[in-house]
This record gives sequence, C-alpha cells and structure tokens, in this order.
Amino acid sequence: MEKRLITLNVNGIDYELYINPKTLLVEAIRDHIGLTGTKRGCDTVSCGACTVMIDDMSVKSCSILAVQAEGKKITTVEGLEKNGELSPIQKAFLDNGSYQCGFCTPGMLMSASAFLKENEGKDVTEEEIREGIEGNICRCTGYNSIVRAIESVVKGNYKEG
Amino acid sequence: MSTEIKELKFTTFKTNIKYSVINKRVHNIDGLAKVTGRATYTFDVKLPNMLYGKILRSPHPHARIVNIDASKALAMPGVIAVATGKDTPGVKQGIWRRYPELCDEQILPLEKVRYIGEPVAAVAAVTEEIAEKALELIDVEYEVLPPVFQPLDAIRKDAPIIHEGVERNINVTRHIEWGDVDDAFAEAEKDGYIREDWFRTSSQHHMCMETRAAVSSFTPDGKLTVYCSTQSPYYMQALLAGVLDMREGDIRVIAHYVGGGFGGKFELDAAIFCSAVLSKKTFRPVKIVFTREEDFIASKRRTPMHYYIRTAMKKDGTFLAREVRVFTNGGAYTGMGATALYLTGFFCSFPYKWRGYRYDGYRVYTNTLPSTAMRGFGAPQAMFCSEQQIEWMCADLGLDPYEVRRKNAHTECYEVPGQAYIQSCGMTQCIDKIEAWAKSKGNLGPNRAIGVSAAGFMSGGIFNWFDTPYSFSSAVVVINYDGKVDLYVGCQEIGQGSNTTMAIICAETLGVKIEDINVYSGDTAHSPADLGAWGSRQTLMAGNAVKMAAEDAKRQLLEFAYAEMGLNIVYDLDIKDRWVHVIARPERGMKYEDLVKRAIRGKDGQRIIGRGYYTPHRKGMISPAYSYMMQAVDAEIDPETGKITLHEVMTAHDCGQPINPLGLIGQLEGAASMALGFGYLEDQPMDEGKILNPNLVDYKVIRATEMPKTDMIEIDTYEAEGPYGAKEAGEGLTNPTAAALGNAIFHALGFQMKELPITPEKIVNALKEKKEKQGK
Repeated sequence: MEKRLITLNVNGIDYELYINPKTLLVEAIRDHIGLTGTKRGCDTVSCGACTVMIDDMSVKSCSILAVQAEGKKITTVEGLEKNGELSPIQKAFLDNGSYQCGFCTPGMLMSASAFLKENEGKDVTEEEIREGIEGNICRCTGYNSIVRAIESVVKGNYKEG
Repeated sequence: MSTEIKELKFTTFKTNIKYSVINKRVHNIDGLAKVTGRATYTFDVKLPNMLYGKILRSPHPHARIVNIDASKALAMPGVIAVATGKDTPGVKQGIWRRYPELCDEQILPLEKVRYIGEPVAAVAAVTEEIAEKALELIDVEYEVLPPVFQPLDAIRKDAPIIHEGVERNINVTRHIEWGDVDDAFAEAEKDGYIREDWFRTSSQHHMCMETRAAVSSFTPDGKLTVYCSTQSPYYMQALLAGVLDMREGDIRVIAHYVGGGFGGKFELDAAIFCSAVLSKKTFRPVKIVFTREEDFIASKRRTPMHYYIRTAMKKDGTFLAREVRVFTNGGAYTGMGATALYLTGFFCSFPYKWRGYRYDGYRVYTNTLPSTAMRGFGAPQAMFCSEQQIEWMCADLGLDPYEVRRKNAHTECYEVPGQAYIQSCGMTQCIDKIEAWAKSKGNLGPNRAIGVSAAGFMSGGIFNWFDTPYSFSSAVVVINYDGKVDLYVGCQEIGQGSNTTMAIICAETLGVKIEDINVYSGDTAHSPADLGAWGSRQTLMAGNAVKMAAEDAKRQLLEFAYAEMGLNIVYDLDIKDRWVHVIARPERGMKYEDLVKRAIRGKDGQRIIGRGYYTPHRKGMISPAYSYMMQAVDAEIDPETGKITLHEVMTAHDCGQPINPLGLIGQLEGAASMALGFGYLEDQPMDEGKILNPNLVDYKVIRATEMPKTDMIEIDTYEAEGPYGAKEAGEGLTNPTAAALGNAIFHALGFQMKELPITPEKIVNALKEKKEKQGK
C-alpha cells in the first residue's frame, strides 16, 4: 500500500508523518512521533493501556488508524501537564497511590480525564466512575484507589493549574 | 508418643517510638514518572541500530526436533540473523542451581519440544514485520511424540516420558513431617472427628500489563547489556552468564521500570535469552517483546494442584493431625515450581498448631506450559483447600468456626516443630476483629453470606537453592556534601513500592527527609547483588540491609558530632528531621547539613559511605518472619444464573510495623483483585495442551465495575527480626481470598466448592445437584 503524508495534532503540536495508511494510531504515536507514555498491553482492544483522548473523548488508540485521527485534537498522557504543572487527576493519582507498576497508568489517566471532562459540573456516582474506567485493566491496584482519585477530583479537591 | 508443642522464650515487644517518616502517607518516589508517562519500560527502549526479534514456537506439545532449515528465512531481505539451539552453548538452565537435575530447561532446545509454544528458533530483522514474516520461512521437521497433559495420567507406568531418565515424570517430591501423625489420627478415630476431601485448583496467569520484553546489546569487547522486564536483575545476570558461557561481570542487566511481575518474571525467559543470543550473533541491539498471546501461551503460570487433605480434630475442635498429599501439574520444566511444591506443603499447616503433620508433594511433568511461582507461591492453593475443610468440619460438628480457629491458631514465640520459629504473631487478634466485624453486619438476607479464611505468609525465603555466594540483600548509603543521600540497592521495584519503602527506612534511620534520598536500583552496574522481588522478601531482607547501611553512615557522622559538641560521654546523640541533637535535650544540637560538611572535611574529602547486608541465620527452614491475617468476603449469589456479586472484602492484617501505609493499602486491594480472580474468574482451559483463551477477550480478569469495597484493620505487632518491626505485606494477602469466597458460598447456599475457579456454571450445577438430592 502506498504511503501517505498526514498531519496529526498531538498535545497541541502538528506532526507531519509519512506513513502506511494501515498504521494504527498507537503505532503513529509511539513509533513515529516517539511519545512512549502511551502503552500497549494487548492485541484485542481489551486492556485500555493505549487509551488517548480524541477531541475530549477517550479512544483506544489501537482501535483506529492514524489516518482516521487526522484533523482531530489528540491528547496523550504527555499532554496532561502544562509547563511542569500536573493536572488535577495526575495530582489525585499521586495522593491516592492510584498506580503501582504504572504500565496501565497513562491509559487509565486518559480514561479518567475523558470521564471528568464529560461529567464536568455533574454529580456522579461511584458506579458511574467505575463504568468510566471499565475498559482499562489494572493488574496491580484493584482499581479502588483509582476510583478514590477520580472521586476526589469530582469533589473539587484539586484545582486546575 | 506425641510431640509436645514447644513455646519458645523469645521476647517480642512493642515500641512507643514516634517515627518521622515510617508509617506516614508519602508519595511513591517513582510516582511522578509514572503519572506523566516519563517512566521508561523495557517496552519503550529503543537503541541506535536496533533490530527486532521474533520467536518461532512449537505447534506440538511433544515432539523431537529432527531438523531446522532457516536458509529461506535468512535469504529474505531485511533478515539479519536466525538463531536455533545450535547457536547457543546448549546449556540446560534452571533457577534451582544447586540441583543440576532440576536445571532442565534449554531455551531453544536441541532435541525436543515439550509444550505448545516452546521456542524453537528466533529471527532478528530490521523491522518486526519482516521478522514475523521470516518465521513462516523456517522449516522445522518434527517427529511427533505422544503427549500427556494431566499429572495423574503422567505418573502412570505407561505414560510417555517427557524428560529422559525421569521415571513416571515425577520431577520433584517433597516430604514434610512433624509429630506423631498416626498416633494422633488413632486418637481421633477413637474419640474425635476425621474428614478427608479432594480438591482441584486451577491455573492462573500472571497477566502482567507489560508482557515479557528484552533489549539486548552485545558489543565486540565481549560485553552484554540487557534491558529487561524482570523481578531480579541479579538472577538474570547470573543465569545469562551460565547459558551464554560468559562472566557475570561482563553482563549488565537494567530494569528501571517493570510493568508487573507477580512471580512470573524471575526466571530466565525466551525474550531475554533469544535477544541476547541474536545480539551476540549480530553485534547489534535486538529487541523482543512478547505479544499478549505469546505471553499467555509461553511465559509461565500458577501451579494447578490436585489436593488431598485428611484432618483429625477432637470433638471440641482441638486440632490433632493432618495428612496432605498433593500432585501438581508442573508442565514441561521445573523453574520455580519446585519451590511452590515445598511452600504449598508447609503453608497447608498454616496458621495452626498440629500435634502431627505430614505432607507428601509430587510435582509432575506434563506437556503443558510450565507452572511456577505466582503471588502467594503455593499458599493460595493450600488455603483454598484447608480453610474450606476446616469450615466444613466446624459445620459437621456444630462448632463455632471463629472459636475453633482461635483455639488452634499460632501464637507468638511458637515453634512449628523442626520447621519454623514464629516470633511476632497477631493471628488471634485478627480473628477477634473479623469476628466482631462479621457479627456486626447481622443477617444479610437470602443467598448472601460472609465467608472467612485465616492465612499467613513468609517474609522471604531462607533457602538458597540458587546457590548465590552473596548476601541475600545488600545496600550502600552514600552521603554527599549537600546532605543528599544516594541509596544503592539491588532489591527490585516492580510496582510494589520497594524503592519507596527503602527510601523511608533509609530516611528514618539517618534522621533526614524522604526527599533527601535518591534510590538507585534496577541496574547491576551500580546495584549490589540482591535476590530480587519474590517470596515477600524485600521489606524484611533488603530493609534490614538498608537500615544497617544507614546506621553505619550515621555512626560515622555522629562521631564527628560528638567531637564537635564536646558533650559529657554519658549523653547520646541522634538525628531526626535533619536536626542532630542530644536525645535528653533535643533543643541542643546542630543542623544535619552542617554536620555532613564538617564530617566530609574531617575525612579528607571522602563522602560518607555506609554498608549493610542481610542473610537470614538460625530462623528454621522457611522464613525469618511470618505475616498473619484473616479475611472476610461478603458475597451474594444469584441462584438462577450462579452469578456472584461481591459486596465487600474486609481484612484484619498483621504485617508487623507498617512502613508505607499508602503502599500497604495498594497491596491489600491489588491482592484482593488478583485473588478474587483466582477464586471465580481466571483459568487457562486447554485442549490437547493448547490453551484455549490466550487473549484478554477470553481470559477474564476483574474490572473496575466488579471490584468490591475493600477495607483493612491493621493489628499492632512488632517483629524483632524485621527492620523497625516490619514483615511481609502484599503477597500473603493473596492467600485467604478464594477460600473465604468458597466459605461465603457454603454459608449462602449450603454446598461445598472443591474446584477452582468457582464459576457460575459450577454453582448452577451444584444447585441442581442439591435440588435433585433434596427431591430424592
């Protein structure tokens, strides 16, 4: 298949990539752009380690092609902090010990961020938080510390920047 | 004659010391890297001029390799090298190095393959895609041999032989015995109660989020650097030296961030070995990452066991004796499975006093994925059987299961005859707390109940079958001119928080802040040898080494403080929160930073260096110290569908002095999720040796929506052998859960689950059976 020149906007920066159109978004992000924060944990769209945000929605970046993300606003874990200042959800993860090995953490943070964006200003239940991260597997923490972190951001315990 | 239970006269004691850093809620010191995507795992490592490797695997469970022809693959553009067993020194390796007969696994075997997925050749190419395509061009001629998959089939006289010379495929046997078992059973036969049951426990996969991965780089000066996802860089260094015929010191192993281990990553694996072999052939870095499917079919797994337990007790619930026989499905090779066979036998006695105990374990080779260590290391299997049987015996006799457990529980200063010395022990308090909690919940309604299980675990193994000539743990503390401390440890961070735990112990001992400590671990180039992260050993063993190193450095500092301050010799000095002071008059003192500067000047510019090490001595056969716990699972079962709803998991836990409370909660919750998975979800069904669910669609793990509420009551004990009174926390918490779930189902629905995992299907079948029986 003939390679194509595409532009991906990742964390506010335009990257020009010359790639095989079959390239998955996760491959474009990791292998072509070189942002390795985003992980891969399976080949079956099951684990959520590769989750990124596309226009504020959480998307498993192994489930779409890079070319499908053209013209959209892609955010990866590296895009959560601003000038060295962590985002509320990153701070909440630190305070609640919501990670252990850390391999699922970037994807988990992106699912959590998308959930928080979607529910901004709304009252959410614990069950809704759990559903918000159901697509992400964490083998270490048992999820409850992650749920507590998201809850504390919902409660307004952390302020942006 | 019955053996008298000997109460040892150790003194265990509590301290009222107020710690500055220990047991305070601190951020994990690797946290920032992990929440910002900066943490670089082996999966992320990319070196200049790097090649990508792929592994060709056996489609047969048992076959002789007649010939491997890689010429077509080698001719493919982009393929740089192909390696088979002929390109290696052909060494059979294993982690039980003291026992050559247990070193039975040759990665890239020359003669035979013994399970589906076993590596037979590896390709290095300029891209992963080319390497993958090249695999199809390698012709392997096999002579297929008859396979055997189940241990009870494999021990038959007419079963195929999997390893030459190993009769009836019995890989390892283990016998543990104390007291007069037969005498105690005879007493029970006269006037007591005896019950026997068979159980079967299932396979479970570690399912680390980061699959096995390695990047090896061999250079023309004969040096090898290996980035890998491992629980023990030192083991990998030593094992690689053995299989590559190199000196240990010419191999550097780096594992800064590891995406999970759980017992699955401290044996040499094919990603590490094949990448090293290919790099030696090509003099270029070679990266191999297992796909999720490869990880499922060709890493290793929790040991499935067939369990027989016969237990005798007096009619009042006093335990007399127990006899245990276990056949484990060892799969194709030994690995750490030999240790699991030993530990399951010992922990099936836990946490109780027996007049007589006898265990016979048989690890049997089969043509399946090898089984090995996994969090709990044989103990979760033992507890599933033991703690359910105890519950049933109490029900049979109309006894209170809390009372019976309390009556027989280990107590402090108890010797498990000839096996183990228990110093601190909070078992009774754990039972009290859980009993009170469960009773406070009242009647939970139909089809719902609380089940409990007691358990305990080791704080590191005493055994040295690896035959290391080094201390089990070592640490070096270096204090710099600005007061910052470099802590060099060989204990391995795999997410459990050991870097943070060591920093806490170091900061507490030196009397500085945790942010004063830089931890250097995960690199054999600067980390002292240490056996690594397994068997719940690091907090106690590496923690003791760190404490000793910090004390050594502190002593050197204080020598200068004594000289500087000109005190009466009866006064003692200490450092706390960077303040060097007279203990009796804390306001009299000097700043830590000032003392460091003077001390370094006084030492002719040398940095202050403290050294520490730990190797257990005179602590029995198993471990220097034991954690204790009781766990309760509140579960509800839908009688139509068999679906289990988990409401809550409550644990009372004695881990001695908690060091890192945030990490401790994380260990508890993580252990619960993994152990609940073992209880009702996870299994690796096979058809003719082929694993049927090698992906995350079909292999179910607990997700956020299924995870129940978890809480913990810490029992206050002080372990004299542990640093600041600490012992293991985290692995042992995997032990009670499946049994507690089984007991919840027993109390909710009235039947006994003897096979893991307890799936809805098994529950529905058991309900049907129960109805049929009642109908009759």
